[in-house]
Amino acid sequence: MQAWSNQGNLASKIGFGNALLKVGLHNPKLIGLGSDITKSVGMDQFAEAFPARFFSLGIAEQNAIGVSAGMALSGLIPVFATYGVFASMRTLDQIRISLCYNKLHAIIGGAHAGISVGPDGATHQALEDIASLRALPNLTILSPCDSNQTELLTSLAIENEHGPVYIRFGREPMPNFTAMDDHLEIGKAQIIRQGSDIAIFATGHLVWQSIQAATILEKDFGIKARIINIHTIKPIDKQSIIESAIQCGCILTAEEHQITSGLGSAIAEVVVKEHPVPMDFVGMPNVFGESGTAAELMQKYGMNSDTIVNKALLLIQRKS
Amino acid sequence: MNQSLKQIAKEIRLLTLQSLCAAGSGHTGASLGLADIFTFLYFRQMKHRPQEPDWPVRDRLILSIGHVAPVLYATLAKAGYFSLEELSTLRKLGTRLQGHPGREHGLPGIELSAGSLGQGLSVAVGMAMAAKHQKLAYQIYAITGDGELQEGSIWEAAMSAAHYQLDNLTVVVDRNGLQIDGTTESVMKLEPLSQKWESFGWNVIQCDGHDFSEIENSFKIASAEKTKPSVIIARTIMGKGVSEIENQHQWHGKAPETTELERFINQL
Repeated sequence: MQAWSNQGNLASKIGFGNALLKVGLHNPKLIGLGSDITKSVGMDQFAEAFPARFFSLGIAEQNAIGVSAGMALSGLIPVFATYGVFASMRTLDQIRISLCYNKLHAIIGGAHAGISVGPDGATHQALEDIASLRALPNLTILSPCDSNQTELLTSLAIENEHGPVYIRFGREPMPNFTAMDDHLEIGKAQIIRQGSDIAIFATGHLVWQSIQAATILEKDFGIKARIINIHTIKPIDKQSIIESAIQCGCILTAEEHQITSGLGSAIAEVVVKEHPVPMDFVGMPNVFGESGTAAELMQKYGMNSDTIVNKALLLIQRKS
Repeated sequence: MNQSLKQIAKEIRLLTLQSLCAAGSGHTGASLGLADIFTFLYFRQMKHRPQEPDWPVRDRLILSIGHVAPVLYATLAKAGYFSLEELSTLRKLGTRLQGHPGREHGLPGIELSAGSLGQGLSVAVGMAMAAKHQKLAYQIYAITGDGELQEGSIWEAAMSAAHYQLDNLTVVVDRNGLQIDGTTESVMKLEPLSQKWESFGWNVIQCDGHDFSEIENSFKIASAEKTKPSVIIARTIMGKGVSEIENQHQWHGKAPETTELERFINQL
């Protein structure tokens, strides 16, 4: 397995913006839809490079999803991005009927995902977007772990998918550690590190935290943790979950999202049916966040490498 | 000319009543009330090909008020999109004629799966923006209810249509004045409705939604407008054509009983 090293901190939204620019150069069907925070969500380069293909729709997210549907029905590929809280929940019924029921190929960018958005506080920390969207038929949900992967997955979502796609990404500069030439496939989990004492399924920023935790677990406790990056929350890669349950005997999940109905729940749904093993969950404990720095909040609410190490040690003791 | 449209509308009302009766549930009032508008759109106004439903440059009709699906289905069948016999499968398991339009069930002529109120106008706006962007000349028509205008998303869409000067978009508001709990003005006041649309930057036209010469004139005025989207506020009578149903808001979501059907048909 390759060693993962930080190539420098970078916000995932940079990767989102890079993908739009690159795909936009050769795909004239790509349309950008803005909601007053174009630069903030990483769409500004696209808007400047292709002014005839960028449409400002104002602070009106429900309309933006409907407009996306109309454009998709007309053969274009619309990308609408705003903060994840609004992109998923203000627009939920529009996503359900106008996009998902109609099976239309449109991309929704959920920016500022997770508690790491920091000082803006609870209103702007998207911690329920996966939970809100996960039950919708026909929707693909992506949650890349860094900027490089956000760029790769955004390009794949635009060019290879046929239905609606929600992709969540962060604002805070975080370790950018995956390679741009990684062979990624939507719907297929990425094994980051081999091991058979415990399987840690992580998504988003917590993949890097899991890598840090695995290093500590091995160095201080001689525990070999397998780390699996779930960049596609829906459809979930069942095979990777079943294999890890059988081979590792316990599963810890880690996400920058509410534990309720997020990645951990999606994995538990597979585990309890296919091969029950002890599980635990790292994530937001069904409370609202608050203001603070990203690191302070991830520490306080237990979404960092320290918590992953502690929960992993307790979980391994429960293995039969 | 108008006589033949009247004849077609009468037949569409008949087909609508029969399919609703066969279904045993559904929305009779507004379906009958919109029969003349649907007749004019599909038999006079729109460029479309029933034998080629996906004709790329066809005019599009977006039905935002999805619960009047029975009159849309009756109109499509009458226009030749599918057989009249299929209308009797309305709302039954396995049907292509879903309670609210659902594209994935494969009925020809359905542009959008819709039925959650307040969404269709945004989709129509997206289509009109896409047509302009692609320099395609087809027209987008949308039909909304009047109670539906209480949804905030309608006004988000209205704002964006005027902002992008979508003169290729014409919306018909089914102004029958009634919704489930009673009159629109008692449930949530809509008036002054023309001024609302005008202030949002629209070309506003009012007409009697059962008078074909007024309907025709309204669409002519809409077509002549070259800087704004147009809205036709069509005054209609819920349940039009069956005196026992006319203006009875309890007929919003009720289907005729078998014992009533013949009597209702005779009133047409």
